[in-house]
Amino acid sequence: MSNRFEKISRFKDSSFKIFGMFCTFFGLAMLAIFISSIFNEGISRISWDFITSYPSRNPAKAGILSALAGTLWIIVITALAAIPIGIGAAIYLEEFSKKSRLGKIIEINITNLAGVPSIIYGLLGLEIFGRMMGMGGSILAGSFTLALLILPIIIVATREAIKAVPSSLREASYALGASKWQTVKSTVIPSASSGIITGIIIAISRAIGGAAPLIVVGALAYVPFVPTSPTSEFTVLPIQIFNWVSRPQAAFLVNASAGIIILLGITFLLNAAAVYLRIKRSVKY
Amino acid sequence: MAACALLTILTTAGILYVLLFEAFQFFSEVSIVDFLTDTQWTPLFADKHFGILPLLTGTLLTSFIAIMVALPIGLTIALYLNEYTSPRFKNIIKPLLEILASVPTVVYGFFALTIVTPFLQTIFPSMSGFNSLSAGFVMGIMIIPYVSSLSDDAISAVPRYIREGSLALGATRFQTAFKVIIPSASSGIIVSAILAISRAIGETMIVAIAAGQQPKLTLDPFVPIETITTYIVQVSLGDVAHNSLEYRTIFAAGIALFVFTFLLNNASYYLNKKLEKKYV
Repeated sequence: MSNRFEKISRFKDSSFKIFGMFCTFFGLAMLAIFISSIFNEGISRISWDFITSYPSRNPAKAGILSALAGTLWIIVITALAAIPIGIGAAIYLEEFSKKSRLGKIIEINITNLAGVPSIIYGLLGLEIFGRMMGMGGSILAGSFTLALLILPIIIVATREAIKAVPSSLREASYALGASKWQTVKSTVIPSASSGIITGIIIAISRAIGGAAPLIVVGALAYVPFVPTSPTSEFTVLPIQIFNWVSRPQAAFLVNASAGIIILLGITFLLNAAAVYLRIKRSVKY
Repeated sequence: MAACALLTILTTAGILYVLLFEAFQFFSEVSIVDFLTDTQWTPLFADKHFGILPLLTGTLLTSFIAIMVALPIGLTIALYLNEYTSPRFKNIIKPLLEILASVPTVVYGFFALTIVTPFLQTIFPSMSGFNSLSAGFVMGIMIIPYVSSLSDDAISAVPRYIREGSLALGATRFQTAFKVIIPSASSGIIVSAILAISRAIGETMIVAIAAGQQPKLTLDPFVPIETITTYIVQVSLGDVAHNSLEYRTIFAAGIALFVFTFLLNNASYYLNKKLEKKYV
């Protein structure tokens, strides 16, 4: 092998190393540029007034009160609907139907559902919850739609967490004479809890950012009131931001930036919590 | 608990029912041949045309640009983290990369419209304020972690002895990565690409904000286009009477979207199953 050939190979090797490092940080650098420019534009707009005002035609007076309230309503009801169903389904699949044909079918089905675009869930919610069940564009219709959307995330995460519980714990419980259900309830689920919670947090953060399905279900772009019941009409933070972005006046873009700072704040806090729990869990076993 | 699990089956059944039911009524008024071959999509105008092609090319164009960004970068990241760095570094970087996927898409749309497009306009002055290039580019950044983490799974699954065999023969890490690792992990890498494409095709808010609302049969990345998802959002925001033909167009568009993503997801699922068997 000639010396020159070896040099070229080594050069390619070290160039790729540099390129790899560049790629690894490229996306994050882009995001950092984006976020810093958003902060520049929007941070001065954030004030107590911004958080406690209704949307307005006057960009300087407009706020996100109704959007924040709507987001809160949506998240609470989505979580109430999705968490028990998701955990229940995961326990069933992991503990009671592992080898059955039905279990296999449901598993393939969940993989498929996880890949369905969120806007398709919007069409489902619009027709089934909005029209057939007569909920219209209410918080309830929106929440149920998002609950179906995040269900696969919760189910998959819960199953992973249950799988990670060491069989020694399970066997110890059986050895003490516990039944299958007692073992699941008192041993498996508590041991898997941090993994389950991580999955729930990630799912909720996905729901907070979800604008497209709610627009299709019929969330409003302009809501000058705080929703008082699950049957109220509503808007959420991402839709409020979308509405401001779509307006021609530059002053609304500043509002959008300020709204984005708050939305990103909520999302990053949730994701940081999930990462923290994941690291803590990986130390555990 | 079985009921909880069955709800997921009901969801799929519900999606199929809703799309098929409304689309069936749509196709009783509009011929399916027109739908698939007409080159204009103008259901909201007086002169109505119902050709899905402009929406489909818009969708595929933005997705293609996104993949051109995400696939090389994501794959390089996966190779770099596996072949060049310590597992410790990888464990720190992976959650950081996940941040990219956790940012709400409406935020990415804002980035594309207010930062990327003005920047690209300084290079290409003829570029329109709404275009598929900046929407696709930003979408590509968003799906980098999908590609990198799925490719990473495939690359980590390549047995050690294959890698060590190559290194023992005197190959550099670069040669090992491209001549040995990529071929061995190829089906997993293809799976990651397919899932990323499927993710890009269904993406809504980025394109709704930054790519425009003009259904046009074009591959020019500098002009406004409209994707299937944007059209659904546009109609949903407007005042369209239920049970009208216009209302049904969103379900017809939706079924086109669903069929595409369904085929892609299933292709990746079966490839993945095949992959799992390979080294067992």
